[in-house]
Amino acid sequence: MSEDIVTFTVDDVELTAPKGSMLIQATDKAGIHIPRFCYHEKLSVAANCRMCLVDVEKAPKPMPACATPIMEGMIVHTQSAKAVEAQKSVMEFLLINHPLDCPICDQGGECELQDLSVAYGGDHSQYTDIKRVVFDKDIGPLIQTELTRCIQCTRCVRFGEEIAGMRELGMTDRGDRAVIGTFISKSVDSEMSGNVIDICPVGALTAKPSRFSGRSWEMMQHAAVSPHDSVGSNLFLHTLDGKVNRVVPRANESINEVWISDRDRFSYQGLHSDDRATRPMMKLNGEWIETDWNTALKYAVDGLQAVIKENSADELACWVSPNATVEEQFLAQKLMRGLGSNNIDHRLRQTDFTDQDFAPVMPWIGNDIESIERLEAILLVGSHVRKEQPLIAHRFIKASRHHQVKISAVNPRKFNWRFKISNELISSAEGMVENLAAIAKAAGAEQVNVSELINSSVVDESHKAIAEELKTAGSVATIFIGNIAVQHPQFSTLRALSHAIAKQTGATLAYLPEAANVAGAWLAGSLPHRFAGGSRTNSAGANIAEMVASPKKALILFNIEPEFDVANPAKAMDAVDAADFKIVINNYASETMKDYADVILPLAAFSETSGTYVNAEGFWQSFKGATSALAESRPGWKILRVLANLMKVDGFEYMSSEEVRNEVKEQCRDIQLDNTLAGDSPVADVPETSGLQRVGDVSLYAVDSLVRRSTALQLTKDADQNHVAINSVLAARLKLEEGDRVSVTQSGHCELTDIKIDNAIADDCVWLAASEELSIQMGTTYSPIELEKA
Amino acid sequence: MTMRTIKYYLKSFLFLELVKGLMVTGGYLFKRKITLQYPEQKTPISPRFRGLHAQRRYANGEERCIACKLCEAVCPALAITIDVEERDDGTRRTSKYDIDLFKCIYCGFCEEACPVDAIVETDVFEYHFENRGENIMTKDKLLAVGDKYEESIAANRAADAPYR
Repeated sequence: MSEDIVTFTVDDVELTAPKGSMLIQATDKAGIHIPRFCYHEKLSVAANCRMCLVDVEKAPKPMPACATPIMEGMIVHTQSAKAVEAQKSVMEFLLINHPLDCPICDQGGECELQDLSVAYGGDHSQYTDIKRVVFDKDIGPLIQTELTRCIQCTRCVRFGEEIAGMRELGMTDRGDRAVIGTFISKSVDSEMSGNVIDICPVGALTAKPSRFSGRSWEMMQHAAVSPHDSVGSNLFLHTLDGKVNRVVPRANESINEVWISDRDRFSYQGLHSDDRATRPMMKLNGEWIETDWNTALKYAVDGLQAVIKENSADELACWVSPNATVEEQFLAQKLMRGLGSNNIDHRLRQTDFTDQDFAPVMPWIGNDIESIERLEAILLVGSHVRKEQPLIAHRFIKASRHHQVKISAVNPRKFNWRFKISNELISSAEGMVENLAAIAKAAGAEQVNVSELINSSVVDESHKAIAEELKTAGSVATIFIGNIAVQHPQFSTLRALSHAIAKQTGATLAYLPEAANVAGAWLAGSLPHRFAGGSRTNSAGANIAEMVASPKKALILFNIEPEFDVANPAKAMDAVDAADFKIVINNYASETMKDYADVILPLAAFSETSGTYVNAEGFWQSFKGATSALAESRPGWKILRVLANLMKVDGFEYMSSEEVRNEVKEQCRDIQLDNTLAGDSPVADVPETSGLQRVGDVSLYAVDSLVRRSTALQLTKDADQNHVAINSVLAARLKLEEGDRVSVTQSGHCELTDIKIDNAIADDCVWLAASEELSIQMGTTYSPIELEKA
Repeated sequence: MTMRTIKYYLKSFLFLELVKGLMVTGGYLFKRKITLQYPEQKTPISPRFRGLHAQRRYANGEERCIACKLCEAVCPALAITIDVEERDDGTRRTSKYDIDLFKCIYCGFCEEACPVDAIVETDVFEYHFENRGENIMTKDKLLAVGDKYEESIAANRAADAPYR
């Protein structure tokens, strides 16, 4: 046997384990249960609850199994009189200050302390003094505290330090006065904070939105997949009386481990929003009437056919949400193409489509998510990964904890990272291109289409440093192209430059797709220029930018709100208004939709439909509906199927979503994922610039209609992005001070707001996030904007 | 002919068994009568009697129920339906507490499960329904029953306390 493996005995069973591992890890693997509170397999060992005491032969006192390294020949008893006596005593101590009112506690029924006290607790208390009382702290809209119940296991503290990367919770004082509290800020603002609810072994930290709404034993558990980011986090939806009552993570080591982001956890509130579409509606003579499906579908079909008859099928357009399932994307494009139109797009926030014919078959993360932990150099191109794909950022944090990974970024502003960043290049949109070109020059990269850019760039120390980091790491380096890059007006140039750098340094080129099913949409052919499986169409249809610039006569809007979801909201709404006939298929029926739509077909939400999402790795994850569709709403694939049947389009005889998925899968059978870009891909023209430039991203709680309706998430600090910010240099030049009233004007729309001074923002740039109240009537991000003192 | 057969014939000829039976009857003929004139007269009932349900309050008027849902979970007839909410003062309370008396089998498990002695079965057993839906005991009705019979409920609990 190798030297790294030790043999030992637990309860007369001979076990082996790697040298240096802790006792509890080996017994967990062998299925021998040792009680514990503070030990968590994903967190460091604290050994402060003492619940896992076991009897080790030749040791004078019981030893904590979580902090006892295994030795060769060790003999351990977990059930001996000594061990049980020790565990019972610890339990008695823990219960001294813990309230014994489980019935009113929200954790009751799923509480580790409750479970273990059944096994180890005494039937009476020897303690007669007054129990300790700790006042609850308000730590934000997501987590409810009941600190009297805390047993000081410090799992939440270690979670903050080790997983979320921010020390938000901490323990102050000692002994029986030790209390958990917020460390520096008043609230817990991490985008992964909700996980402390799961790891808290008692009811000290519970979910605020679902507080007191139900008991663990009465909820049904259904497997699901996150409908927000491209990680494809595995979820469990817990339903009560046919409604989603809460969401918890479903462990999947290769994707989300045991964590999920707050967005995945609390967005379910949007499912219960008051403006959910419940019945099909159509507008007759300017009046909305609720009707049945047959009438509404007939009205929709008549409208579409009228447009086709009067004009041509090319006047049909379809905008699909990038969060729609593979089945919905596929059927939407099949319907459009069956009617003779290629005008379908899901890339709603993208503005530059110059090199779309050269794009990979789907934006791919280049490797599996797990391997990010092993990277040694990372370059983020236009990415706020921490808020865009929180669980990818978690892998970055892990990488930077394991070894000194060198992470650099090219962005329009400094972000508040939770990992150490070695070089952060901050500039306006054009500056980002220049910086990337300079890195390419420093790396010695060459690429025909961007050679001029590379040659003319000015290289400084930081460019050299980044190039050097990437070169040194070689195959364990990755260049990530994020959401900001995709929304960038010169996305094609950024892509070409990133590719050139990757090629020269040996780094992997990776995409971080922005929504849950961007990858699936590419594979399903929800694009104007490609069929399912990535084969080219004979002639490309209009992409979203073209459909916005020159409006089509008939529009099908599939689960999107153009004013929030499209790159140029002002123009997009103009395009919507310009269309003669608009079919809205949506989870919601908002007032804005009622203004423009002709018919609203209620769509079942992600928890109510079966479907498939493809994550950034190209991993297909199918799921079933957890609850029945709300009222009269119907799953998207069924709506599209029937719509196609009524339009007399062939090939829509599907009986289940699985049939649809299998058909797409069949067409994607031969796909080899590859992010390589042909060297001669065209790049975007340099946009004309003058004056100030607007920069911004999309806040993580504004990305889709579901999170925008999650009341708890909208109360968090992260959701508060409805402001304009500039750096102090620009502020001095414009003679502005923090809080001054300013008017911002873009695309002829003017808004009055208070200015914020933030030195994280690039020079000559005005930070204004997209999809916020302030910006939904304006143009694209990364375009000129006017700012004046009001 | 055995002794046993002789005994048998003797017994049957002399109606010994009949006499025995009539002696019992005769004994009761002269004993004190125990028949009650219900409803004017009633038998005493045990403090453990399980009759109509009630919800109790504390002396200060606060309802006892904390919406822990244990009675709902333990009910073998699925007669109890509870909805929970957070009351304005932050405590966990029921917004709905219904017992369907048609489903209820009066097993008393709800009473046993209750950690705060909120749901109890009183010794009231004389009740009826005249209209559809009256079989559902809502929270208000349960609390009203509790308020009305609090004295006897408390006395019964006290009487049974040593054995619990």
